[in-house]
Amino acid sequence: MDLRTLWFILITVLFIGFFFLEGFDYGVGILLPFLGKRDEERRAILNTIGPVWDGNEVWMITAGGALFASFPQWYATLFSGFYIPLVLMLLALIVRGVGLEFRSQEESQSWRNTWDWLIFLGSLLPALLWGVAIANIVRGVPIDENMQYVGGFFNLLNPYALLGGITFVVLFTMHGATYLALKLTNGLEKQAIRVANRTWVATLVVAVLFLLYSYPEVLSKAQYLGISLVFLGIAVIALLVDGYFLKQGEMLKAFWAGGVTILGVTAGFFAALYPNVMPSSLNPDYSLTIYNASSSPYTLKVMTIVALVLVPIVLVYQAWTYHTFRQRISTKDKMTY
Amino acid sequence: MDPLVLARWQFAILTIIHFFFVPLTLGLTIFLAILETAYVRTGKEVYRDAVKFWSRVFLINFALGVVSGIVQEFQFGLNWSEYARFMGDIFGAPLAVEALLAFYLESTFIGVWVFGWDKLSPKVHATVLWLTAIGSNLSAIWILIANSFMQRPTGYTMGDKGVIMTSFKEVATNTNVLYQFPHVFFAGMTTASFVVLGLSAYLYLIKRGDKDMLNLSVRWATIYGLIGVILVMTVGHYQGQFLVREQPSKMAAAEALWHSAQPAPFSFFAIPDETTQTNHLNIEVPALLSYLAHGDFSSKVEGIDEVQQKMEAKYGPGDYIPPVGVTYWSFRLMVYSGLLMLAILLYVWYLNWKGIALESKPWLLKTLVWSILLPYLASTTGWMMAEIGRQPWVVYGLLRTKDGVSPASVVSGGEVLFSLLGLGVVYIVLTYLGVKLVVKYLHKAPAHAPASAD
Repeated sequence: MDLRTLWFILITVLFIGFFFLEGFDYGVGILLPFLGKRDEERRAILNTIGPVWDGNEVWMITAGGALFASFPQWYATLFSGFYIPLVLMLLALIVRGVGLEFRSQEESQSWRNTWDWLIFLGSLLPALLWGVAIANIVRGVPIDENMQYVGGFFNLLNPYALLGGITFVVLFTMHGATYLALKLTNGLEKQAIRVANRTWVATLVVAVLFLLYSYPEVLSKAQYLGISLVFLGIAVIALLVDGYFLKQGEMLKAFWAGGVTILGVTAGFFAALYPNVMPSSLNPDYSLTIYNASSSPYTLKVMTIVALVLVPIVLVYQAWTYHTFRQRISTKDKMTY
Repeated sequence: MDPLVLARWQFAILTIIHFFFVPLTLGLTIFLAILETAYVRTGKEVYRDAVKFWSRVFLINFALGVVSGIVQEFQFGLNWSEYARFMGDIFGAPLAVEALLAFYLESTFIGVWVFGWDKLSPKVHATVLWLTAIGSNLSAIWILIANSFMQRPTGYTMGDKGVIMTSFKEVATNTNVLYQFPHVFFAGMTTASFVVLGLSAYLYLIKRGDKDMLNLSVRWATIYGLIGVILVMTVGHYQGQFLVREQPSKMAAAEALWHSAQPAPFSFFAIPDETTQTNHLNIEVPALLSYLAHGDFSSKVEGIDEVQQKMEAKYGPGDYIPPVGVTYWSFRLMVYSGLLMLAILLYVWYLNWKGIALESKPWLLKTLVWSILLPYLASTTGWMMAEIGRQPWVVYGLLRTKDGVSPASVVSGGEVLFSLLGLGVVYIVLTYLGVKLVVKYLHKAPAHAPASAD
């Protein structure tokens, strides 16, 4: 297989891992001030992701780093072009990360409440902005003949991209609620189940709208539409199955079904993108592709060996982490966060 | 509002602040892992108490290091996209390896360590901390490999868009990193040592904290720091000699040696004047620079004029000398703070060895508190020398900094100002809050028993 195609697939895999894992972290952060009414409840909620959120966030760092290593032109055009959204995302992620650590270190309720809302914003914004970013990438943005993004900031806030952002927000909130239903106790998990059910409805509505809107905006231009539709089809079926499991109260199965939904959506849109990496809405000849945006065959080869050795090891020890911390968190527990 | 100028300020400020947190993480993870291993081996509670006590300081610092680190990966694309295009074939790989190998390890196991005190056996728990420590230090290796290519390109050939990697092994074993990583590693040890010493001294002053735990911390931090500071300066010396050969423009500027000299004097103090190309108020020792640079008191050391001439012949017309005043003073301040740290550690070690309690010398305790700033001064000025001293190049000999910036049509001056102010203010506020939390934490430590026999 062409290493450039292989790396396109690996980048997709890294983004799937990132959205699956940070997806529920973002969802938990979004739900924090709403599901948690008392301090012990909020602490319990934070402690469900306490041991794992940082390791989860590395999936985003790795996706970005792998992007830089395998398709440096894509990295350069995307990160310079989407400047303001990325800066906003960074501000949000900074505030979330520090918030998780600092929040419970002071007794003051106003300190804790402020940080809780900052964690909320720090979780909502990245979810929204990643959806906006991916939607813009697959739809195509103004890119000139020098691979430079020339569209400005407001171009990125077009209705399609905003709907993509909202899709990510509801999908991750549902995913987070399902996660909380598995990790909480003392009645909080029941509230989480209720939220999961409600956000499932929202996700279904928004996702269907987004998929319909995606047809003229993205899918009709896809070179490999068949593969894309297979993955998007899997996503829709998984979402419906998720809804069924949620109704049955089978939260673990619902969680995995939600995961498959995230996988299907991500893979479906990346497949619709292929072999472009950043289509130009100005002129298809200006598009960045896996051919003109990649690094050299040698670099791709080196990176392939590195990735194929290290990723399985990472999966093993991250899985061990989840196994170690499989217990539910009670509001009566001694809290670390 | 020139986007290039703003981008340079932004990268410098955000990276310097990030590097406030990095050395402490590098050094303190290992220090705490050593203490926790001692607990596992001896079963003595005081070791575990020390680890648990210092872990609060460690974690506040670690969180700030992580969040400022995320920005680092993005910065290359945000403000330096042309650099990313030119360097992508080489630069992206070490960053990706850093994430795959080091960040995953560090970030996964820190979570297990923080939350796993009551879930894991002491042996497994200590191992988890070692894995975190290894992860952090591995990340330093890989980012320094990336930086080392910028300082001394190797293992590459030129393509039409930029550099193309020809040997990953050469890139990864760049001689520059063989000096640079140990230098940063030992700087980490030194930083951890001064933070533990300084905060312990503060606790003695406010008469709080468990005395056995503090005495233990002071003894171990002193030895840890001595090893660190002696080795950081030793490696630094040889690194300096290496750079005289590899980056003559940096070293000539760092010495404010306007004209080649044989032998060359070492300047202890000077106010370099770039317009007249002279030094005011120069205090120098004859022949010492010849000895430091080449190990030979009678050797010739290239001056700024000769280096500039050679570079113009090689690269065409232009100014190939970095800002002399800043480079000279960064270098001096780094070295002088290192020597001061050595002196302080030797004195504290001597007191420990003689069994003289630090608390008997309040002036020393106050000095130790203020000395927390010394490793931060050394690290900051060290990196200023490394990066400003490389100018006008962002990749030495291959790409000028001004050619690496994101085009103004893509990223405007206004946008850079937005990110500079936004991120800068947030960084400063969070750092301030972090320090405040540490100080409050120290004040919550149990008070010393009154009138006890010491």
